[in-house]
Order: sequence, then C-alpha cells, then structure tokens
Amino acid sequence: MIPLHWYLLLSAGVFIVGVAGFLTRRNIIIMFMSIELMLNAVNISLVAFSRYLSDLRGQVLVFFIVAVAAAEAAIGLGIIIALFRNRVTAHVDEANELRG
Amino acid sequence: MISAHPKTRRCSKGERVLAEGIFIYLAAAIIVLSILVITRSNPVHSVLTMLLLFFHIAGLYVTLNAEFLAAVQVIVYAGAILVLFLFVILLLNLKEEMLARRYVGPWPLGLIAAMGLLLVIVLSLRSFTPGPSGVFVTEVIRAETNTKALGKILFTEYLYPFEVVSVVLLVAIIGAIVLAKKGLRS
Repeated sequence: MIPLHWYLLLSAGVFIVGVAGFLTRRNIIIMFMSIELMLNAVNISLVAFSRYLSDLRGQVLVFFIVAVAAAEAAIGLGIIIALFRNRVTAHVDEANELRG
Repeated sequence: MISAHPKTRRCSKGERVLAEGIFIYLAAAIIVLSILVITRSNPVHSVLTMLLLFFHIAGLYVTLNAEFLAAVQVIVYAGAILVLFLFVILLLNLKEEMLARRYVGPWPLGLIAAMGLLLVIVLSLRSFTPGPSGVFVTEVIRAETNTKALGKILFTEYLYPFEVVSVVLLVAIIGAIVLAKKGLRS
C-alpha cells in the first residue's frame, strides 16, 4: 500500500503549481485554470484521506467542491466576458481602472 | 498509517510494486501536465493539456477506490468546465496572444511566494498524524458498491448541504445570465 504522505505531497505539488500560475500569468483565462488546478489538488488529498481513513465524508466533500467549481467557472467566465466587452483584453495588468 | 483491518489480505510484493509503479506514473504525469498547463503561451494548448491532466486525476481516483468521483471528474470537469473554457478562449485573438508577454512584470516574486508556501506545506506535513478510522473499509464499500454507499451518506447525513449546493448552482445560473446579458440592449 502506498503511504498517505505520497498523496499529500502530490497534492501539495499540484496546489503550488496552481498558486505559481495564478501569481505569474497575465492571461485571466489561464489564471482561472490555475484556480481549477488548486481545487483539484485539494480534491486529490480529500480522496486520499477518504481512502486511508476509511471514511466516505471526504468523497462527499469532493462532490460538493466539484459542484462549487462548476458554479465558479460559470460565474468567472461570465466576468471574463464582461471584462472583454468593456476592455477588449484578457490581460489582468491592463485592466486597472480601480487603481487597486 | 493504514487502518489495519484484521481480515484484509496481505498484498504480495508484486502487487505492491505494481501499485507503486502506477502511482508514480500518475503522479509524475499530473505534476508535468500541470506545469505545462501554466506555461503554454497558447491557451488552447493549455486547455487540452488540462483535459489530459483531468483524465490522469480520474485514474488516480480509480486507484483510490473512488469510481463515482472518477466518473464525475471526467463528466463535470473534462466534459463541462473545460468546454466552457474553450468557448471563452474563442473571444481571444490567439495570434496576438501568442506573441504577447506571458507573465506579469513581477513574476519572480510570485514564484518565490509559491515556493515559500510549498516549503511551509512540506514542513507541516512532517507533523501530520491521521485521525481515527471510520467504518467504510474497502470490504464494506465493495459489498454495496461505491456509488450506493456515497449516495446513502449524501442523501441522509448531508441532505441539507446538498440542497444548499443546488441553491449555489441556481445563483451561478442567474449570475452567468446577468453578467453575459448586460450591455446587449444599450
């Protein structure tokens, strides 16, 4: 049987790749895909916990996360379309009206 | 680490090597594909790499005895969410996009922050101890299939959160329509 730590390390690796992609890319669509990567990393560790602790609650939680990820993708892509309609760009550093 | 179920058959050395080989292949493919996803300049390539990545994650779920979630992963993530991404990429000017700068100005800072987070997670993993085991050992799940066991717990213990998720999806539908429709009349 594979140690649980291997799964947690894999999950941490995918999560960090998602964080790096979110912090470094300019394209807002790739940034949204990085968020999906992070959600998937969490799902991997939840399914591994569910298997190794013999408890199905982890899988129930993954089910909810998938539903929320679908909702988030729909809303986020709607926001991208609204941004594109107003600014004709998909680059986050060119959308700076709020002067944050 | 693993719940030492007394009736569990000890797996032979060959089985263990096979399981480890499959895990190492899936893990290496998942890491490499996810790095490819965030480094491609063509967003269509990113989406197609992500499709491959989701299939590998579904394979990992199958090895973890979560067949229903593997199916959900393929249907919802690969089937629905990635198609949405592809539709939105149609908005982009791909030729211009591939020539534009890929990364934001201070990208080394972002990379350093991500590496620091990785260090924190890996260091905290060392002090990780698993909690008490539940009742759903492999034999129990195998007796009534993964989907049935998951459905039972989802529609009894987690019925209220399930209904809340349906409201979340309703809000997403309304929000997507509102965001996409705005400005059409003016």
